Amino acid sequence: MDTHADLKPPLTEVCGHLTSVVIGGLPIDIHSADPDFIAMLERRYAGFVATHAHGGIRLDVEVVAAVGDRDDEDLVVRYVDGRWKIERGDFRANWNPVSMRGSVRQGSYPYAIDSVMRIVHSLVLAERGGFLVHSASAVRNRRAFLFSGVSGAGKTTISRLAPPDVTLLTDEISYVCRTGDGYRAFGTPFAGDLDKAGMNISAPIAGLYLLAQGRHNHAELLPSAGAARRLLRNILFFADDSALVERLFRTACEFVLQVPVYELTFQPEAEVWNLIE
Amino acid sequence: MSEKYIKPSRNIASRMLAGEMVVMLVKDSRVFSLNATASAIVNAADGSTPLREIVARRVVDEFEVDAEEAYQDALALVESLAQEGILLLADHPIEQESV
Repeated sequence: MDTHADLKPPLTEVCGHLTSVVIGGLPIDIHSADPDFIAMLERRYAGFVATHAHGGIRLDVEVVAAVGDRDDEDLVVRYVDGRWKIERGDFRANWNPVSMRGSVRQGSYPYAIDSVMRIVHSLVLAERGGFLVHSASAVRNRRAFLFSGVSGAGKTTISRLAPPDVTLLTDEISYVCRTGDGYRAFGTPFAGDLDKAGMNISAPIAGLYLLAQGRHNHAELLPSAGAARRLLRNILFFADDSALVERLFRTACEFVLQVPVYELTFQPEAEVWNLIE
Repeated sequence: MSEKYIKPSRNIASRMLAGEMVVMLVKDSRVFSLNATASAIVNAADGSTPLREIVARRVVDEFEVDAEEAYQDALALVESLAQEGILLLADHPIEQESV
């Protein structure tokens, strides 16, 4: 049930500053009293920023001198009293999935709000049959291809090797949405070692490649059970919530039944892209 | 020799994909894929059918293997799945989650 606290207009609505970051068609309106913070976000998320509020998800950010040190191992995402409580050493946040409103208390740097946005997107996507996955993704001939793997698997490498007719959606975290007739990948501003945001476009997913570096270029179609198991390893999900985890499991199984999954062994050379079409 | 009974834990999500079962432990998100034989055994785990009968019907008949050898292999398998938290394993029929 909604609370009065969610409905009460915060001070920042009167005298604060606003930007709206739209990823996967889902806008997150970010309010803060600190204009420098908002300007920093607009630079960081250029290409994904809309200039007006959308009335969708809203996060009120209180920028403070310092909260604590960042340590991913300490991340807590838990549903308590109608709100997602999201905490890490360097921020404290909460978000109500009914009112779609939340607040964040963090230092004046982008990493905390970046994490909060990823987590909120992962929660929304889980409910809608989609997911975020450790994966580069790109569009070629109006079809999207995902290249998934843990750190060091080659996501940034294969992104760097992309020929000119390929448009990169991300080199780090892919945004996968369920659509009426399949799955669609969206560009994200979440960059890896390439240090460059993806293009803000989307396309139907034609294939998922699980990356393995080797001495030759070779793609092998994987049986669906093994594909599901390996996909689940790479899906980003942060919440300590059994029901959502189970839902994500069903989503991954549905995905591998609809999208061909390959193991792509590749050498770091441009010819690997001959296998991707 | 006492009979053994098996039942899937409530803490898993599972799905058959192309003849193999994919199993996820919901509490810690660990994922397993079971081969055709293991999938047949887990699919038949209803808590009330003795393991020996499951093996006879679903493994020996289906895969044409030696009955005693198949049972010993199945016993080792279900003990390992029980240790992982995928199955409940007991010396008596299993009605509820707690054994």
